[in-house]
Amino acid sequence: MNVIVCIKQVPAKIKIEIDPKTSALASGGVDRAINPPDLYALEEGIRIKEKTKGKVTVLTVGPAKADESLKEAIGYGADDAVLLSDPAFEGSDTWATSLVLAKAIRKIGQFDLVLCGKQSIDGETGQVGPMLGEALGVPFVSLVNRIDELGQESIKMMRMSDEGHQLIEMTLPGVITVVKEINVPRIPSLRGLMAAKKAAITVWNARELGIDPATVGMAGSPTRVSRVFFPQRASQGEMLQGDPESQVEQLVERLRQTRAI
Amino acid sequence: MTSDGSGDIWVVTEQRDGRTKAPSIALIGKARKLAGERQSRLTAVCLSQVVEDAAQLAAYGADRVYLLDGPVPDDWNDDAYVKELVDLARREKPDVILATSGSLSSSVIPRMAVALDTGVSPNCISLDFDHQSRMLVQTRPAFGGSLMANVVFPNRRPQIATVRPHAFKKGDPDPSRQGEMIRVDFDRQAVSAKTKLLNVVKDLSGKVRLDEAEVVVCGGRGLGKAENFQMVAELAEVLGAALGTSRPPVDDGWVPYAHQVGQTGKIVSPRLYIACGVAGAPQHLAGMQTSEIIVAINEDPRAPIFEVATYGMVGDLFKIVPLLTKKLREARG
Ligand SMILES: Cc1cc2nc3c(=O)[nH]c(=O)nc-3n(C[C@H](O)[C@H](O)[C@H](O)COP(=O)(O)OP(=O)(O)OC[C@H]3O[C@@H](n4cnc5c(N)ncnc54)[C@H](O)[C@@H]3O)c2cc1C
Repeated sequence: MNVIVCIKQVPAKIKIEIDPKTSALASGGVDRAINPPDLYALEEGIRIKEKTKGKVTVLTVGPAKADESLKEAIGYGADDAVLLSDPAFEGSDTWATSLVLAKAIRKIGQFDLVLCGKQSIDGETGQVGPMLGEALGVPFVSLVNRIDELGQESIKMMRMSDEGHQLIEMTLPGVITVVKEINVPRIPSLRGLMAAKKAAITVWNARELGIDPATVGMAGSPTRVSRVFFPQRASQGEMLQGDPESQVEQLVERLRQTRAI
Repeated sequence: MTSDGSGDIWVVTEQRDGRTKAPSIALIGKARKLAGERQSRLTAVCLSQVVEDAAQLAAYGADRVYLLDGPVPDDWNDDAYVKELVDLARREKPDVILATSGSLSSSVIPRMAVALDTGVSPNCISLDFDHQSRMLVQTRPAFGGSLMANVVFPNRRPQIATVRPHAFKKGDPDPSRQGEMIRVDFDRQAVSAKTKLLNVVKDLSGKVRLDEAEVVVCGGRGLGKAENFQMVAELAEVLGAALGTSRPPVDDGWVPYAHQVGQTGKIVSPRLYIACGVAGAPQHLAGMQTSEIIVAINEDPRAPIFEVATYGMVGDLFKIVPLLTKKLREARG
């Protein structure tokens, strides 16, 4: 079974600064890592490959240094990794990013299942997985927490719903997003780490993907960030003093005043 | 699709058991204000024809109510919803489509957007029209709520946004407002059956849902063991709140994953969040720091949760929580 896992490289710590001149995020010098929710997609992909004697290819859209995260993915057990990188991709929103991923997957050609994490910890949109499914014109299921049966032609799985869970059957090929509950990711083995070190990461640019630069990046994205700013806290916090009884009394009074209860 | 900025505003509403969910009603109220600012028509779209409170949608501000699909509401039929919404939007070319974040925004809304060749700005907390450009300015948190971004759609239409529950307060209904009710029958056969719902497990039904709750009571590792969650569950019950937790109690099997708040769990933004025995790690704060009022109960005065707390209580949760529950229960009578 040919599995594709899409990952994103994100800042390892959520500490951010804004460049006062360009109002863009200053990301220089920040440690970067695989987006934690994507590790569950990667682990599930590797488990499927091990069960079906298949292959896992990892994709990411990002700058040149995103290859570190792809190498890390190889360390976990992925077979192949492709970095989708081009100055034209910079500033891509979720729509443009999923377009680039879809082009890369079509170029790869043969695939059975594409796995994505639930959302990234920086942009927090959770939109790339579903958008990719639609861009590829294949079925899509979100928030999968368990795969029950994996056949040649279809997959049966549990997904989280508002009311609990739903058992869904989907024909393959298809795209799913997964949640943390689906597995416990492994620690990379020594052999994996060696493989990661030696791994050569393929890079595809816009031309190789057959992408018109005008359709991606800042210019081609439907949405644009017009301003970023730090949220203002409405008020300074207040520490309620005294013994538990009086703390509780003060709290209830304040919650009443603010009509929170 | 291009627009002169006066086109329709749609709100895709969500129903449960035939009744519209509170966050959808609140969003209709907000959309009414936006529509009023530029004389747009407001359309409420329901993904089922069984909507007992359709008249309410008009009372809260919808000029038209679309009742899509067949007479039987589904537990899940994303493929059909996407197709129905896309067909309708292609025909009617709305300028703005809004929905609440949550189940629709993990699948139906982004898929619809791609089919319509436009984007989505998800999980917004505020929406305003820019009067000069006539564009919708969508404000959304990122990086765990530590940063805000204004998002606009320079030239693609419709402008699609999902909003967090409780981002807007429920408006006042005007029972004299009448809306046009329009049934749109949908040909199910036309949807290729690539996904199929086989079974539904309603293990959370009847309980207050984390994503939608106005009040969340969260218990962390400070509770010590699974049985002690009964204590926070009782507090949640008097408040009509949903039960949340941090990651360690989930990893240790004390509480199901559906209750986890944070970076790898759910992102919530209730009006009131009460954290009991939660340290306030960045990964937890990422899931709750945009809550309106945050109460923190922790024995360690240096716990980072106090940095985001509106009201902090340093002390033993095993004393404070039962007292609070008792006091609130008495107040209820
Ligand atoms: C990639 C990644 C993703 C993560 N995702 C999440 C996530 O989604 N959600 C999440 O919550 N965490 C997440 N974490 C874990 C996070 O880093 C913290 O470890 C976790 O939030 C800590 O949970 P806690 O505050 O309940 O427990 P602890 O850190 O153990 O804190 C317990 C607190 O309880 C207090 N306490 C103990 N006893 C009492 C008492 N009797 N009375 C009052 N207070 C008491 C203590 O002072 C302490 O502050 C993630 C971590 C990683 C690395």
